[in-house]
Amino acid sequence: MEFQIIWFILWGLLWAVYFALDGFDFGAGILYPFISKSEIDKKAVLHAIGPVWNGNEVWLITAGGATFAAFPTTYAYMFSYLYTPLLIILFALIFRGVAVELRGKSTSEGMKKFWDFWVFLGSFIPALLFGVAFGNIFMGLPFDDSGYYGTLFSLLNPYGLLVGLLFLFTFIVHGGLWVSLRVPEELANRAFARAKKFWYLQAIAAVLFLIFTAVFTNLYDNFIKIPVWFIVPALAVVCFLLTGFYLIKNKNGRAFVFSALFIIALIFSGLVGLYPNLLPSSIDPKYSFTFFNSSSSPYTLKIMTIVVIIFVPIVILYQAWTYKTFMYKITEKELKEEGY
Amino acid sequence: MDTVLLLSRLQFAITAAFHFIFVPLTLGLSILIAYMESRYAATGDRDYLRMAKFWGRLFLINFALGVVTGITMEFQFGMNWAEYSRYVGDIFGSPLAIEATVAFFLESTFLGVWIFGWNRISPKLHALSMWLVALATNLSALWILIANGWMQNPVGYVLRNNRAEMVDFWAVVTNPYGILKFFHTIMSGWVVAGFFVLGISAYHILRKNETEFFKKCFKIGAIFALVSSILVAAVGDFHAKEVARTQPTKLAAMESLWETTKDAPMYLLLVPDPTNEKNAVEAIGIPKLLSILAGQDEVKGLKEFPPQDRPPVTLTFISFRVMVGLGFLFILLALLALVKYKKIEQSTTLLRILLWSIPLPYIAGQLGWIVAEVGRQPWIVYGLLRTSEAVSKAVEPAQVVASFIGFTIFYGALGIIDIYLLSKYARKGPEPKEV
Repeated sequence: MEFQIIWFILWGLLWAVYFALDGFDFGAGILYPFISKSEIDKKAVLHAIGPVWNGNEVWLITAGGATFAAFPTTYAYMFSYLYTPLLIILFALIFRGVAVELRGKSTSEGMKKFWDFWVFLGSFIPALLFGVAFGNIFMGLPFDDSGYYGTLFSLLNPYGLLVGLLFLFTFIVHGGLWVSLRVPEELANRAFARAKKFWYLQAIAAVLFLIFTAVFTNLYDNFIKIPVWFIVPALAVVCFLLTGFYLIKNKNGRAFVFSALFIIALIFSGLVGLYPNLLPSSIDPKYSFTFFNSSSSPYTLKIMTIVVIIFVPIVILYQAWTYKTFMYKITEKELKEEGY
Repeated sequence: MDTVLLLSRLQFAITAAFHFIFVPLTLGLSILIAYMESRYAATGDRDYLRMAKFWGRLFLINFALGVVTGITMEFQFGMNWAEYSRYVGDIFGSPLAIEATVAFFLESTFLGVWIFGWNRISPKLHALSMWLVALATNLSALWILIANGWMQNPVGYVLRNNRAEMVDFWAVVTNPYGILKFFHTIMSGWVVAGFFVLGISAYHILRKNETEFFKKCFKIGAIFALVSSILVAAVGDFHAKEVARTQPTKLAAMESLWETTKDAPMYLLLVPDPTNEKNAVEAIGIPKLLSILAGQDEVKGLKEFPPQDRPPVTLTFISFRVMVGLGFLFILLALLALVKYKKIEQSTTLLRILLWSIPLPYIAGQLGWIVAEVGRQPWIVYGLLRTSEAVSKAVEPAQVVASFIGFTIFYGALGIIDIYLLSKYARKGPEPKEV
C-alpha cells in the first residue's frame, strides 16, 4: 500500500517535471517561426533549447517506463485506448527531434524550410494533444470490463480541447520566457513580448478550466472531502499570478521560474483530484484503473523505489549542472561560428 | 490470422529493424570518438581533434534517428501489445524504466553537453562527456537486452493474480540468456562501427584525400573491427549453447534439424523443406559439429515438438547461416586490413571491398535479430505466452492499418534523408587543417 502511494506520487512527479522542462522546448518550437526574422535568429532559438531538449524528453520516456513498471495494467489500457492520439504525438515528437538535430546539417533552402515546418508542428501537436489527453483522463474515458467505446473524435470534446489550449498557452509562455533568457537582445525582446501576450490567453483558459472542471469532471470531489488539499491548486494560482506579475515587471528569469512551478502545481492539482485513479472510467467508477487495482506487486514496486531513490537524485544533479553550464546568453558571434 | 495481430507484428518488426539501423553504430562509434578525443586531450595532437569532430558529426546525424525511433518501441508495447504488457509488466516494465533512469538520461544529457560544450568546458571534461555517452549507450543496451532476455528465457517469476509477477530481481538481471545476448549485441555494434570507420577511411584513401589523416583512422578502425569481430563470434558460440539449453525449438530451426540426433553433424549445404518436415538437400556434413556447437550430445529435432510450437524454419535457418558466414568474413577482412595497413594505399582492391562492406555488419545485425525474434515464435515469452494472445484487444484494424502506413512512409522518408546526410558528410571529409 505505501509503495503504491509512493508510485502514484512519483507518477505525477515524472509528468510534472517532464512538462516543466520539455514544455519550454515546445513553446520555443511553436514561437520559432514567428519570432525569427533571420537565419541567425532561427539558429539562436534552436541553440536556446539545443543542449537540453533531448535530456528533457527523457523525462517522458521515464514517465512512460515508470507507468509500465509500476502500473502495468494502466499502461496497457491507457496506451491501447489512446492509440491514435498517442501515435500522432509520437510522429510529432519524432519529427521535432530530427528537425532540431538535422536542420543545421542541411544546406538547401528547401530542406531548411521542411525542417522549420516540423520544428513548429512537432512542438505544436504534442503541446496541444498532451493537454487533450489529460483533459480526457480528468473526465474519464468511456470503458468498462469488455472494452473501450471512444474514438479519436470523441476525445476532441470541448473540455478536452479546453485543457489542450491551457497546455498550449502555458507552454508558449514558458518557451517564450526560456528563449528570452538565452538569445541576443532583440530576439529576446520579441520572445518576451509574445510570452506577455500569451499569458492573458493562458489566464482566460485557466479560469475556464477552473469553472468547467466542476461541470465535466469529478476532480473537485476530493478537495471538497478534504479541503486542506485546496492548497495545491491555490499554489498553482499563486505561481500563475506571480508569473504574470514578473512579466509586467520585465523580469524574465523570475517569471520563468514561477511558470515552471505553476506547471508542477497544475499537474499535482490534477493528481489530487484524480486520486486514487490513474485512468477513471466515465461509465462506472468500478471499472476505473486505480493505483491499487492496476499496480505491480509490492516486490517490484520496492525494487523500483530503490532504483529511483538512488538514481533520480544523480540525474537531477547532473542535469542541474548542465543547466548551469548552458544558462548563458548566446552571442551573435558564437552563432556565426558554430553551426547547429 | 487476424488483421490487428498481423499488422501489429509487421509494424513491430519494421519499427524495431529501423531503430536497429541506428543503434549499432552509436554503440561502437561513441567509444571510438571518445578514444580519439582522449588522445587529443592527452597529446594535444590536433589531428585527433579533427578526427573526433569529423566522426562526431556523422555520429550525431545517426544518433538523431536512433533516439527518436526508440520512443516508438516503448510506446508500442502498450499501444499494440496491451495484453502482453498487462500480463508481464510486473517484470518486463522494470528494466525498461531502469534503462531510462540509469542510462538514457546520462546518454542524452551528456550528448547535449558534448555538442554545445566545445568552448564551454575543458577538453578533458569534453572528452569525458563522450565517454559517458559511450558508457550510457552500452548500458542502455544492457537493460533492453535483460528485458529481451526475459522474453527469451523467463526466470525469477511466479504466475499469480492472473499474470507473471517478479519474485527474484537478481535472477532477472543475471539471466545468462540476457547477459550473453547483451555482449553479443553490443559487440556486433562495435563491428558495425569498426567497418564504418574502415569503409569511409578507405573511400578517402582511394581518392588520395587527406591520406595521412585517414590512415590513422583506418588503423583505429581495423584494430577495433578485428577485436570486436573475434569477440562477437566467441560470445556467439556461448550464446548458441545457451539457446540450445533454453530454447530447443529455436536451435532446431536455426540448424533445420528435424529428427532428434545423437552426435549430430552439421551440413554445410542444406535446403530445408518444412512442408514435408525434412531437408531437401543435406550435403558436405561435418561429423558431430552441431553437437559440439550446441554443447549437447543429443540435439533435439523439430519433430520432437508439435507443429503449433515450432518457429518458421526457413527464415530462421537462412538468417542464422548468413549471419554466421558474414561473421567469419568480418574477421578475415579486418585481419587483412590490419596486416596491410602500412601500405594500404597500394591495396586498392581491398580498399574497394572495405568501402562496399560498410552495409554488411548492419545486415548481420538485422539477421541476428530475425533469428532471435522469429526463432522465438510462436511465443512472445518463450513457453509462457503466445504472440497471438498478447495483442491489444481495444485496437481496431483501421487504426493499425493507419499506423502501419504512417510508420512506413515517415520512417522511409527519414531513412532516405539520414543516409543522404551521412554520405554527404562522410564524403566531405574533415575540416581543413589550421595553418
